[in-house]
Amino acid sequence: MGNGTQIGRVRGLGSAKEGAHHWIAQRLTAIGNLLLMLWFIGSLLVMPDLSYASVSQWLSSPLAAVPMILLLVSTCWHLRLGLQVFIEDYVHEASGKLPLLILLNFYAIGAAALGTFAVLKLAFTGAAA
Amino acid sequence: MAGADRPLSPHLQIWKWGPAMAASIAHRATGTILALVGIPVLVWWLLAAAAGAESYGTFRTWVIDAGEAGGLAVLTTILFKLAAIVVAWSFFQHMLSGLRHLVLDMGAGYELKANRTVALLTFVGSIILTLLLVAFVAMRGLGS
Repeated sequence: MGNGTQIGRVRGLGSAKEGAHHWIAQRLTAIGNLLLMLWFIGSLLVMPDLSYASVSQWLSSPLAAVPMILLLVSTCWHLRLGLQVFIEDYVHEASGKLPLLILLNFYAIGAAALGTFAVLKLAFTGAAA
Repeated sequence: MAGADRPLSPHLQIWKWGPAMAASIAHRATGTILALVGIPVLVWWLLAAAAGAESYGTFRTWVIDAGEAGGLAVLTTILFKLAAIVVAWSFFQHMLSGLRHLVLDMGAGYELKANRTVALLTFVGSIILTLLLVAFVAMRGLGS
């Protein structure tokens, strides 16, 4: 702990003990989410329908598969950061906080990995005719 | 002046609600809804599409349109439609209050009147955008 300046005495006393990198990453992924979600909603709205043929054909094209993978990474990264703050603010006991943070990491990374695998499978094996 | 029962910070229960406070907690609540409802359904949809026509059909039956399946699927598709509206509103609310936060992060928009107006506009905007989306989806028949 700092032994002189005022900033030195308060640094690291927040509930997360650190923050600048977390803060920047939250905003970077927010901008990513904004662009990618607008692309995703727009793409869904101009699809002829949501049948298997339309959806699988759309997702097997590189210009849909890549943004979709980026969307999964950006949103899951963002939700990992956001829910981390949620847990840090509302769960006060270390015995509950640590397991929840571990679970959150598994959830966010697991969701992004599952979704990414699904998109890659469609993209590489091609949509059923 | 200094009354004995003036509130001390932070006492969530006895703070007077205002647009800025509502926008702030709504940002957190809608983010949680998107993370815990929106993302699982998105991943389920992608996995169903990747697993082939039959799996995608199962997803459609339970989530989008029960079709001839009837029974429980009729109930779940209604629930998923309601959930879709909640998730759509959550997205627009989170998007608009998120944009508000990006402006506030730059140190702008703290004038009392402007701050209050923008906070209120996030709610007005999210409701309008949700209604437009629902109307468009219904018009295009994408929900069946």
